[in-house]
Amino acid sequence: MRALTTPTEQPLLELDNLRVNFHTPTGIVRAVRGLSFTLGRERLGIVGESGSGKSMTGRAILDLIPYPGEVLADRLVYRGQDLLTMDKRTRRKLRGRHISMVMQDPKFSLNPVQTVGEQIAEAYRVHHKASVREARERSLVMLEAVQIREPGRVYELYPHEVSGGMGQRVMIAMMLIAEPDILIADEPTSALDVTVQLQILKILDDLVTERGMGLIFISHDLHLVQSFCDRVIVMYGGKAMETLPAAELADEAARSQRHPYTLGLLGCLPDLDHPKAKLATLTRDPAWLA
Amino acid sequence: MTTSNISWGGRSAVWGRIAGRELSTVAITFFGLLLVTFLIARVIPIDPVLAVVGDNAKADVYDAARAALGLDKPLWQQFATYVGKVFTGDLGKSVLTSNLVTDDIKRVFPATLELATLGTLIGVALGVPLGVLAAVYQGRWPDQLARLIGLFGYSVPVFWFGLMGLLLFYAKLGWVAGPGRISVAYQDFVDPITGVLVIDAALQGEWEAFRDAWSHLILPAAVLGLLSVAYISRMARSFMITELQQQYVIAARVKGMSEFRVIWRHALRNAFVPLITVIALSYAQLLEGSVLTETIFAWPGLGRYITNSLLNADMNAVLGGTLVVGAVFIGVNLLSDILGRLVDPRTR
Repeated sequence: MRALTTPTEQPLLELDNLRVNFHTPTGIVRAVRGLSFTLGRERLGIVGESGSGKSMTGRAILDLIPYPGEVLADRLVYRGQDLLTMDKRTRRKLRGRHISMVMQDPKFSLNPVQTVGEQIAEAYRVHHKASVREARERSLVMLEAVQIREPGRVYELYPHEVSGGMGQRVMIAMMLIAEPDILIADEPTSALDVTVQLQILKILDDLVTERGMGLIFISHDLHLVQSFCDRVIVMYGGKAMETLPAAELADEAARSQRHPYTLGLLGCLPDLDHPKAKLATLTRDPAWLA
Repeated sequence: MTTSNISWGGRSAVWGRIAGRELSTVAITFFGLLLVTFLIARVIPIDPVLAVVGDNAKADVYDAARAALGLDKPLWQQFATYVGKVFTGDLGKSVLTSNLVTDDIKRVFPATLELATLGTLIGVALGVPLGVLAAVYQGRWPDQLARLIGLFGYSVPVFWFGLMGLLLFYAKLGWVAGPGRISVAYQDFVDPITGVLVIDAALQGEWEAFRDAWSHLILPAAVLGLLSVAYISRMARSFMITELQQQYVIAARVKGMSEFRVIWRHALRNAFVPLITVIALSYAQLLEGSVLTETIFAWPGLGRYITNSLLNADMNAVLGGTLVVGAVFIGVNLLSDILGRLVDPRTR
């Protein structure tokens, strides 16, 4: 693995042999089976098919794996603090304030009976002992930061009154207002119209770079990850197949060094300019998960 | 919450439109209700003329009485007269009590209102938290407890609860007063203002009478409350389970909200949207009068009044009571609509 952080700087997140298991009546479902990575102030992409465990990785870092799931790891450290031995309360206070997450669909991930402004202000007030007025002002500034033109008006709107793109900006504002170090973006543009996807990514990118945050970008979109991230983990069946610099994904010369699964994923992408008569299907080798 | 005030000013036009729509719905429904009660009176095989003149009246007496009742006029005219009378508060005279039906209802409805309101308050105060806890601890002991209470409330007949309650809390422990609304000793202490005894007593500063009335009220209200708890907690549980699976709940947790806030503020506020309708319907049902409970507790309420009138073919009283029950349903529905819109911005 190539370390992009300077050796002197402490990594934001260290993860060693992360496992997420669900104990169901029909047996144990292993969603993540031993994932390790280190995150610095960089943009790390996690790609994989549905069920590859990429979302569960994000949830596990946030301690939001629902019952009956369990999270095991040899090491799970946020800036020198061991998350595994941390009590639930302290862990909860890290959420939003230090590690945050932008979710997929603003239509469902914003509380429908609260104005968007209240929801942003609430995120600020949980972590800072701020007055209602101060929280409101901070929220308006944050709304501006995600390029909403009339923050005062939008503040008073309810989630059903905003478009998908605007909803996702609100979501980003809500998740970044407490100035976390790590942002997990779980398919942040998958539910959006293609025309606004790029705008949202641009906003996300600017804020992450500006604030020097670490970003974990979870996506199934190879092209997106390739153009948006510094480094990519390709996941399959809850395991990392390989970790590589994003630029090398499309590098024809480096093809021979790629994992067959990565090549498979690349091979089954349709291309408008070069239509194929038959799109390749993925062949999976059980040995990869051994 | 302080921020939402600002938005309301700009939304007053929306609220005006909603009020207009609601009121026209109420007017139409009430007209339908009048039509139905009027037609019931024409259809039933009880001759109102005979009820006045007796079975052995001569033909000319019968005809005179029929004319006096206005029954010789065409149907639409009779209906217009009926509507006019209803709007002037004239529901005719009760044969059974020989009072004006309006006066009777003014007396019995507050008794039921008192009982139903306290019963519903108990039902909401206990049923909602119970349902929420059952949803949060799904499958664990709070859920099982809630299930047991629900099962009891649903399946044990209300008269058994009433009798057992009287036996235990009145006869054995002496914690509460027995049947009736107020002890004879206090009967004339309180002048009727609203008709709701506990409120009237409090308004007049008759605290002894208040305590006595309250002591009479609490047990029957608790019995009705237990039924509401059973119903409301089951519904609250199922609505909460739905809400707790929503994405915005996860988002609230990601923000760092405490689990308490996530459950009681974010999820419950959403669960209240459908729950309001459930609570309103259960309230309306209690306002109809609960004959069994009222009978066991010798409670002079609407349910008993209508039942007695029905058994004695006292049609003016029955129709008057029916009209009140219908109006109550319309009123409660309106209330639940307004509350629903207050809670859920999507319906505004």
